[in-house]
Amino acid sequence: MQRSIPAVAAVLGMALVLSSCSGESDSPETSDPTASEAAPSGSMVIWVDETRINDFTDVIETFKTERNVNVEVVQKASGDIRTEFIQQVPTGEGPDVIVGAHDWLGELVSNGVVAPVELGDKAAEFTEISTQAFTYEGTTYGVPYSIESIALVRNDELVSETPATFDELIEQGEDLDAKYPVLLQQGAEGDAYHMYPLQTSFGAPVFAYENGAYTAEIGMGGDAGHAFAEYLKKLGDDGIIDSNIGGDQAKEAFLAGESPYMITGPWYASEFAAEGMDISIHEIPSAGGEPAQPFTGVQGAYISAKAANPVLANDFVVNFLSTEEAADALYAAGGRQPALTASAEKVDNELTVAFGEVAAKGVPMPSLPEMGAVWGFWGATQVAIFSGQEKDAPAAWDSMISNIEEAMSGS
Amino acid sequence: MSVGQQAGSPPHSKKRPSRPLGDASAARNISKGFFVKLAVMAGFNAGGVYGLLSAWAVGTWGLFAGLVVAVIVANWVYFSRRAIPGKYLYPGLLFLFTYQLFTMAYTGYVAFTNYGDGHNSTKEDAISAILSYNEKRVEGTAGYPLTVLEDSDGDIHFGIVDNGEPRVGDSEEGFTNVDATTDGTRITALDGYTVLGFGDIAARQDEVVNLRVPISDDPNDGSLRTTDATNAYVYRSLLEYDESSDRMTNLETGVEYAPNDRGNFVSPDGEELTPGWRVGVGFENFTKMFTDSRISGPFFQILVWTFAFAFLSVATTFALGLALALVFNDPRVRGRKIYRSLLILPYAFPGFLSALVWRGMLNERFGFINEVILGGAAVPWLTDPWLAKFSIIMVNLWLGFPYMFLICTGTLQSIPGDVLESAKVDGASPWRVLRSIILPLLMVSTAPLLISSFAFNFNNFALIYMLTGGGPNFSGSPLMIGSTDILISMVYSVAFESGVKQYGLASAVSILIFIFVGVISWLGFRKTKQLEEL
Repeated sequence: MQRSIPAVAAVLGMALVLSSCSGESDSPETSDPTASEAAPSGSMVIWVDETRINDFTDVIETFKTERNVNVEVVQKASGDIRTEFIQQVPTGEGPDVIVGAHDWLGELVSNGVVAPVELGDKAAEFTEISTQAFTYEGTTYGVPYSIESIALVRNDELVSETPATFDELIEQGEDLDAKYPVLLQQGAEGDAYHMYPLQTSFGAPVFAYENGAYTAEIGMGGDAGHAFAEYLKKLGDDGIIDSNIGGDQAKEAFLAGESPYMITGPWYASEFAAEGMDISIHEIPSAGGEPAQPFTGVQGAYISAKAANPVLANDFVVNFLSTEEAADALYAAGGRQPALTASAEKVDNELTVAFGEVAAKGVPMPSLPEMGAVWGFWGATQVAIFSGQEKDAPAAWDSMISNIEEAMSGS
Repeated sequence: MSVGQQAGSPPHSKKRPSRPLGDASAARNISKGFFVKLAVMAGFNAGGVYGLLSAWAVGTWGLFAGLVVAVIVANWVYFSRRAIPGKYLYPGLLFLFTYQLFTMAYTGYVAFTNYGDGHNSTKEDAISAILSYNEKRVEGTAGYPLTVLEDSDGDIHFGIVDNGEPRVGDSEEGFTNVDATTDGTRITALDGYTVLGFGDIAARQDEVVNLRVPISDDPNDGSLRTTDATNAYVYRSLLEYDESSDRMTNLETGVEYAPNDRGNFVSPDGEELTPGWRVGVGFENFTKMFTDSRISGPFFQILVWTFAFAFLSVATTFALGLALALVFNDPRVRGRKIYRSLLILPYAFPGFLSALVWRGMLNERFGFINEVILGGAAVPWLTDPWLAKFSIIMVNLWLGFPYMFLICTGTLQSIPGDVLESAKVDGASPWRVLRSIILPLLMVSTAPLLISSFAFNFNNFALIYMLTGGGPNFSGSPLMIGSTDILISMVYSVAFESGVKQYGLASAVSILIFIFVGVISWLGFRKTKQLEEL
């Protein structure tokens, strides 16, 4: 009798808690198959990061009402979303759909966390480069919604004609007595992305590019690569590029009118326009004779390989996001050049159109899983060359290539 | 709130506040506190049971077992009258298990696997991913608008309109012509079948996407499948998995892929299928540090710098902190409180933020230090190997001295005044007092903190990562590492930046670092014991 009351109370408490819990878990199951008109007929989860969530808020609302489904939007940090997705999908805790950039693709496929999609005839309605970007080893894994790339932004208050070669462009800037003839952002770790148009103009693509797809063969070695390395060194010696000028510094200098040109993307160009600067967008002049093609980045949506709601996810990604209405709404919300041709043609913002034209002539950023290592070595070597740390530019370039090859095979 | 009703039922308990303490009968000794406890425990149990149900639903049995134990032990401890120490220990132990032991055990487990990019999940997941990646649409075939139908047994069928002919089929029988109502492209109604709407399909998504309906009698023609339940395409599998022999077979070339001990299906001529899966690799991750020439080469250099960095960080911060503490401990200094509060400021800012701000201030061309303080000099603070090391130590001094200042101030104030006074009476110089009285007494209580500060700085990843990123890089080195990288940031670079992600390797090396730090701390604490015996 001594301990009976606490014991009884505990058992009773447990029983009450148990019954209330089981009651909760029962209810969705019973109501589901006989869903009435008003109750949502299904639900799914979408992960978006903070840089893309504004693009999606409206279209997801439209999808919810049109299809009468529940969509849970989870905002993730842009630095973690990809890693978290790769880690969470195997545990079954991942989302049905993830919104992201096309260059994640290789890593996602090599980890088996995304599902192939079939666009069918709709594939032809997108700009070619955008669907190519979402294709990996012959299979398409995502649906693109916007494309972007860097281009030459010109301060029309300082100059009105852009010469055909990069050397002439530098001369033009120097004649103007501008503080910087051209702004090309770098940083202590380098920035191979912003440097890439100059590199392609020497005919040295990072990987061999055939039939709209990269091969795993490094294409920037040999004479073309050496010529570019020498050119980098020359730019560094002349003080045109500097590892101390990062994105922020370049932006401030351009805003202050210290340079007639800046090689950058829509993210800064829209800020310049908002500040009331008179700017225009141009193709980047060639430095090595061949076209200076920037990397084109494509944004899109992927479906998880272990999506709990595969039909809803496919309906959203393949059927809904590929409609003109959705593409228009995405553009209206985010202002990124649409990947859908019909929507792209309707865009009337001059800057967006001009950036879109440059992006369409670019090459997709490679999406191989080892790109992380490639970016690292690539940027670091470029800094070492143009900052004068490496006296022998071609030799430094060659050791970079052998390091990249080792990193790619050593995994 | 049902518990609240429970609590109200014995109304008499409150009316007898003056019951003698000696009465031990629980039945009559129910106090207010007991009901509070009951409510708290009910809440805890509710959470526990919810967790159990969730764990059951997703089949995580490890978590389920852990929760069962946690809930049972909690109820026993808090409702038993014998487990008094347990009542205090339980919350601490619970947190110790969840946040420390579990993480450590999991790190230990990962260290023995090849978990990383390409080996991300289980073999089961890898097989299903390989099969789905190799199920390709047959080139040149049409797409079909699709209707999903349910027969009287509740089985799912696909309905299409092929060349104007409505046809229905399932995985066993394939398509047969039927007499259905169509709208030209889609079946809209069929006797004996129900056309499933979006809501019905949403409830049976897996069945719909897993259904394959052969398009003809010849299996080589492929089968129809759908992913969105409104359009279907003809697919053919390139690979087939045979469970009994555990082999993947390429249906076109006949090549067989067998699983290897690295967690990949491999063909006889060495071609691997992606993705692979996670397998145990024994001590490979541990030995890699010494056998992989890419890592073992710079390892020694980085180890030396790690020790130098950790030691110098502790020495400089302690020296400055102690000096300031001594100065501001002197009653002759006016406004000590204000100075003391100001000195603690760097400690109040988040370290991440300070490191980033310093990085900006130390920029060679635009940084505040060069531009303003040095009047436009171009000192390569973060890009010259030795200056970068110097800058790191200096920034860490700025970040770390307030902590040392705080603990030294505290200890100084606890040194008995009469000891100091008697030293003065004996004619000791201030220097002598400091050396022979203050420092020995100070070291007794601060030495353990110095050791923990050493251990912290040994692994001070955030500072290195934010300030220099390990740079300037060793040029031409096969890894993305540089002159200011310490062991932990080198691990980060090796496991995540210089190739694909390798969680297994990262875990193994962090265990090695843990052992390093553990041994050093143990030696240090043994020394401290000797100090205490003064």
